[in-house]
Amino acid sequence: MAMLEVNNLKVDFDTPDGTLQAVRGLSYSLEAGQTLGIVGESGAGKSQGVFALMGLLPDNARVSGEVIFEGEPLLNLPEKQLNRIRAARIGMIFQDPMTSLNPFMKVSDQLTEVLVQHKGISRKQALQESLQMLDAVRIPEARNRIHRYPHEFSGGMRQRVMIAMSLLCRPQLLIADEPTTALDVTVQAQVMGLLRELQQEFNTAIILITHDLGVVAGSCDQILVMYGGQMMEYAATRDLFRDPTHPYTKGLMGAIPRIDEQIDELVTIPGNPPNLMNLPPGCPFCDRCPNAEPRCYHELDPPEHFEQGRIRVCNVPREAIR
Amino acid sequence: MSEQQPLLAVENLQVTFDIMPRNAWPWTRPRKLRAVNNVSFTLNEGETLGIVGESGCGKSTLARAIMGMVPSQAGKVVWLGEDLRGLNLKQLRKRRQRLQMVFQDPLASLSPRMTVGDIIAEPLRTHYPDIKGTELREKVDAIMDRVGLHSHQKNRYPHEFSGGQCQRVGIARALILEPKLIICDEPVSALDVSVQAQVINLLKNLQREMGLSLIFIAHDLSVVKHISDRVMVLYLGNVVENAPRAELYAAPQHPYTQALMAAVPIPDPGRERAKPPAELDGDLPSPLDPPSGCVFRTRCPWATEYCSKEVPVLEDKTGAGHWVACHYVEKKGK
Amino acid sequence: MFFSDKHAGMGELADTLADDAYTEGRSLWRDARRRFMQHRAAVASLVVLALLLLFAAFGQYLSPWDNESIDWASLPNLDEDGVPSLASQHYFGLDPIGRDLYQRIVQGSRISLMVGVLGALTAVIIGTLYGAISGYVGGRTDAMMMRTLEVLSAFPFMFLVIVLMAVFGRNVLLIFVAIGAVSWLNMARIVRGQTLSLKRKEYIEAAMAVGVHPFLIVLRHIVPNVLGVVIVYATLLVPEMILFESFISFLGLGVSEPYTSWGALISEGADAMWTAPWTLIFPMLMLVLTLFCFNFLGDGLRDALDPKDR
Repeated sequence: MAMLEVNNLKVDFDTPDGTLQAVRGLSYSLEAGQTLGIVGESGAGKSQGVFALMGLLPDNARVSGEVIFEGEPLLNLPEKQLNRIRAARIGMIFQDPMTSLNPFMKVSDQLTEVLVQHKGISRKQALQESLQMLDAVRIPEARNRIHRYPHEFSGGMRQRVMIAMSLLCRPQLLIADEPTTALDVTVQAQVMGLLRELQQEFNTAIILITHDLGVVAGSCDQILVMYGGQMMEYAATRDLFRDPTHPYTKGLMGAIPRIDEQIDELVTIPGNPPNLMNLPPGCPFCDRCPNAEPRCYHELDPPEHFEQGRIRVCNVPREAIR
Repeated sequence: MSEQQPLLAVENLQVTFDIMPRNAWPWTRPRKLRAVNNVSFTLNEGETLGIVGESGCGKSTLARAIMGMVPSQAGKVVWLGEDLRGLNLKQLRKRRQRLQMVFQDPLASLSPRMTVGDIIAEPLRTHYPDIKGTELREKVDAIMDRVGLHSHQKNRYPHEFSGGQCQRVGIARALILEPKLIICDEPVSALDVSVQAQVINLLKNLQREMGLSLIFIAHDLSVVKHISDRVMVLYLGNVVENAPRAELYAAPQHPYTQALMAAVPIPDPGRERAKPPAELDGDLPSPLDPPSGCVFRTRCPWATEYCSKEVPVLEDKTGAGHWVACHYVEKKGK
Repeated sequence: MFFSDKHAGMGELADTLADDAYTEGRSLWRDARRRFMQHRAAVASLVVLALLLLFAAFGQYLSPWDNESIDWASLPNLDEDGVPSLASQHYFGLDPIGRDLYQRIVQGSRISLMVGVLGALTAVIIGTLYGAISGYVGGRTDAMMMRTLEVLSAFPFMFLVIVLMAVFGRNVLLIFVAIGAVSWLNMARIVRGQTLSLKRKEYIEAAMAVGVHPFLIVLRHIVPNVLGVVIVYATLLVPEMILFESFISFLGLGVSEPYTSWGALISEGADAMWTAPWTLIFPMLMLVLTLFCFNFLGDGLRDALDPKDR
């Protein structure tokens, strides 16, 4: 039995202009200690899909489907129970560390508070553990820095503090929502390297949400490509990069400027990301797809399963993809 | 340098900002933040210069200083043989017809209460108030078509467009006066990957067809690779390397350029995982209090005692236009 | 995006579908109007205010009396003949010296509303331009303009009004001068603050890069974008100005007879409230109703114009 199982997850937002379908029937599973990369552009529903698991969506969201975390259903749990799971067993890292760090509290107080509340240990012990954790995320001179306020840390250091905080209770699952998007490339490399090491040390499963295929290539076991709120392709990282079978995945790979190869003209995907208020009944990618057939506008075949757990959602057969 | 007059020659440009320390008195001497330090480069007609550096390296300030939107303290900005720094605001505004800019945040760079058509027409209205009515409309339609927008969308407002479309509007606004140079300040870093490629290709095509020069600013080396003729790397306001594209990517000389290159994630699991771990430790030092000697020495794997004493000079290490500022890069004269 | 604002912002998803012919844009003003219409209290207030305006403009034709002449017939027995009654056509009764209160309230409404609206208008025009220029130009000019503002707002205007009254006598014009002088100070400060944050926006930089004249940047790019805040503040300023005038009039420094205003009427009514309570109740109701309406209106406008700041 997988550690996390998500079945037919749907997220709708009620807006004054109508219903916005952010996630339309997403299913996947994740084993302990594995890393799943969820890749997609803005509006793909990748963040909303994960926030839904954590009960972090605003009031105008409607969530349906089934989420099972270690044998326990997670959706629509009462706030109190959810809070306990959130802090102790599922950690979360956001794009902007300042969203989860309180600017008016010292880092030491924020870290120890989590431990005291969820593990019920004394302040002194908690401070000791916090220090160890800051050392683990390689914050130099952690002993001096722990008593500072978040704004006294640089962007990269702040992200490290947040990683430390999310790992304090040794969660089984860590959800990282664009953890390096706001960082510089050299710092991004540091943070991604750190995440990989910590994962081995604590054996945490990670869901890494990003728009950057380069980032997932280095650190994920499986990759789920999303578009317009739906899964387009799911495969082991090496398989996906060696042989993308979905037109969208193919297009995305051609569009990345690469530093390791000389390309004269980048391949582009024409058009713009879809309007979630007004998705076509068929495949969300149809009006940008070079392989689109007339029927793609009206219907979408159920997911096809291939060897090694590979899944693909496309009307056009694998061999016929240009 | 060459027999041909360069379009733009920047010589030893320096930009400093006055930073008031907290709880200062009105008469306290402000501290100096050196955002751009002794930057020099030349740009010929039809050429593209890529400027790369991490946040806080002064790349955006440099762009604004060239435009004259940020006051510079020393050096020269020679535009077609004339130093822009000596001009008053009125003269400068006139020069800006040929010198345009595209911004990072596509939506924020468009006035939210103006229609897209009005936004694109604004430069024309400003510099050619005589163009009116049908003529103006035709010009706007033509340029919208040129950048891949439907002209019937011109009565719409920016918030009704996606990021990529907004950036096209920004490009159209920069193009309508038929400039010679467009400074693009991170034009694609706020866009989705699939749209990034569209905008890069659009800029490339426009450049080819209209003989434009571009200054293309980015925070990582992979984006500028596809568009630049030369690439200049900045660190804490200083040029650390400036070389022709092919040479820079084949053989980066400065340790910072090398680290920057290694940090770019490669979308190929095999190669990405075979890469050595990130070698650059630590964070950017505060620009208010830059390191003595070589600015990069606090994070440099090669740094020695000497680096903290002597400021490295930017020199042409190969004799073929590969400029590097490092004590430990050998000079290989021909 | 779904977190920052639940109701607005969905428009940034471009609709790629409606691509036929010349598509009309959906401006931010139109969005605001839609949101405003959903605010019931604000719409109701707007209707009431419109009725009040009609009352002030044409109310005098509904009654056979006028605001100056004394009803000699009822004067000897004011306590009984002066009560509001439809039969005597003194709808609101008589004031303590026998004039028709209805007509006096109509006339007083004109002055009070005019003072309020004019005060707000001065604030909008002078305050917005002053604040926008000060904020946009910045540096030494900004410092000078702001110090001037501080000096002006530190000045005791009530004292100035009293001195002016003493020198020139009581005069409606003086009231306007006094109110105009105070009203724009806060507005200028608010607009300057807004401008400072707008100045950092890329579209202002873009306009600079294009070479637009600084004054046009202020007019074309800054003013329309601070207008939302300005309008909200102006609607809240109207009642403030009305109160200010009422206060001056209450002190006996306001408009002179035979003209009157709500403040003056309340002042008179307060003296007679034991014998003729209606002389206090009617002007007070008008004032309270107006203040309520403007506050609701301001509330609705704020929700409509900057939904993100809630």
